Amino acid sequence: MDALKLDLSHYRQLLKQYIDTQDESALYEAEQISKRSIQHNISLEEIINTHINALEGIYPDLPENIQHSMSFLLEVMISYGLALQEFQDLRESQLEIKSEISVAARMQNTLLSTVKPEVEGFDIGVVSVPANQMNGDYHHFIHHTDGTVGITVADVIGKGIPAALCMSMIKYAMESFPSEHKNPSEILESLNRVVERNVDPSMFITMFYALFNPAASTISYSSAGHEPGFYYHAADDTFEEIRAKGVVLGVTDTAQYRQYEREIHVGDMIILLTDGVTECRQGDRFIESEEVLEVIKSFSHLPAQELVESVYRHFEKLQDFHLRDDFTLIIIKKDV
Amino acid sequence: MDFRTCVNIQKEWDIVGARQFGRDFSKKLGFGIVDQARIATAISELARNIYLYAGSGKICFDEVENVGSRGICIVSLDTGPGIKDISQVMEDGFSTSGGLGAGLPGVKRLMDEFDITSKEGEGTEIRVVKWVR
Repeated sequence: MDALKLDLSHYRQLLKQYIDTQDESALYEAEQISKRSIQHNISLEEIINTHINALEGIYPDLPENIQHSMSFLLEVMISYGLALQEFQDLRESQLEIKSEISVAARMQNTLLSTVKPEVEGFDIGVVSVPANQMNGDYHHFIHHTDGTVGITVADVIGKGIPAALCMSMIKYAMESFPSEHKNPSEILESLNRVVERNVDPSMFITMFYALFNPAASTISYSSAGHEPGFYYHAADDTFEEIRAKGVVLGVTDTAQYRQYEREIHVGDMIILLTDGVTECRQGDRFIESEEVLEVIKSFSHLPAQELVESVYRHFEKLQDFHLRDDFTLIIIKKDV
Repeated sequence: MDFRTCVNIQKEWDIVGARQFGRDFSKKLGFGIVDQARIATAISELARNIYLYAGSGKICFDEVENVGSRGICIVSLDTGPGIKDISQVMEDGFSTSGGLGAGLPGVKRLMDEFDITSKEGEGTEIRVVKWVR
């Protein structure tokens, strides 16, 4: 417990110096002793004991009542010292947990990694940043042989490790679907059954699934209660919410999802996101979705990747570099 | 083991008696004042556990020897409900004294050796040792 002991004679000499002179330099030295003691895990009661011994060394005729009072102090500090040790041990185990989580986070990044498609005539930008180490947002691109691309954006209600575990399951469920199975409504219906059967009822997953056909300049999509994205019309410089009806995944095993389709015109943008973007907070205030669109617009002259990164940096700064929720933003621009 | 002395724990006041005996005993064995205080605190925790959870039991004291070093052995015995999940009560932060005491992990820290056996419905025996340095 006390492998290292305080240097009693040094302590006694300093204590005497201070009693004689009330010199600040002795107090500064006392501070150093305190810090060294923490470093070397010297217990609180050991310090008090050293003090008692030093005092008795300086004043061999220390009155008995003072001696008793010091023993009393020592006794009072025992439980306090114990609590401090417990705190130190807990801090160490917290560090262990943290490093385990960072390993898990790296693993998650590998498991859930996806390749952003390079599509002629389009420019695509993606940013996805977790609030904590593990991401509860998920986005994925599926490259079909016919040149179409499946795009998934999902959010587990809740953050951290449970959300991340849930996402890994979603990814593998989707990979097990046959490759000809690519209609957004069918995919959401199949996934809904997987989630309903396998995920804790307290956990909800929202998902937006789109099938992007670059050759035809169309996108068809369905949504399972996901935060609506936006469509930017270059012709009249306006944004339109991409509305899609559908219940959150996992609520009922018979859920049906409507599928929508739209054509993408030159200069237009498709903006897909999670609520970490639209529910950014400035102090206690939630920002309005108009503000998100304003910011997107102000950077819209940039290439898609720079655009999404600039938007992210803007909101990161607005929230004092402390994200409250996982942040995922995907923008698809049709080249002019 | 022939000279084992035990203090019965039934009332809260008995905790003080056990502390007092343990302190006098450890002083006689040559423990310094810091270790005396640690031993007394460990006895408090053990005795309080008996008083709060078992209703009655006893704390017994022995002198132990091992290759030239002397120590104190304290055994806490009760016939209370026992501890269902020992790992849980040995976890930091899970204090059986409602967050007020140092709990069994505290006792383990205060002493050099710690051993616990418990059977649900039959009782608990905790044996701790501290060596004179």
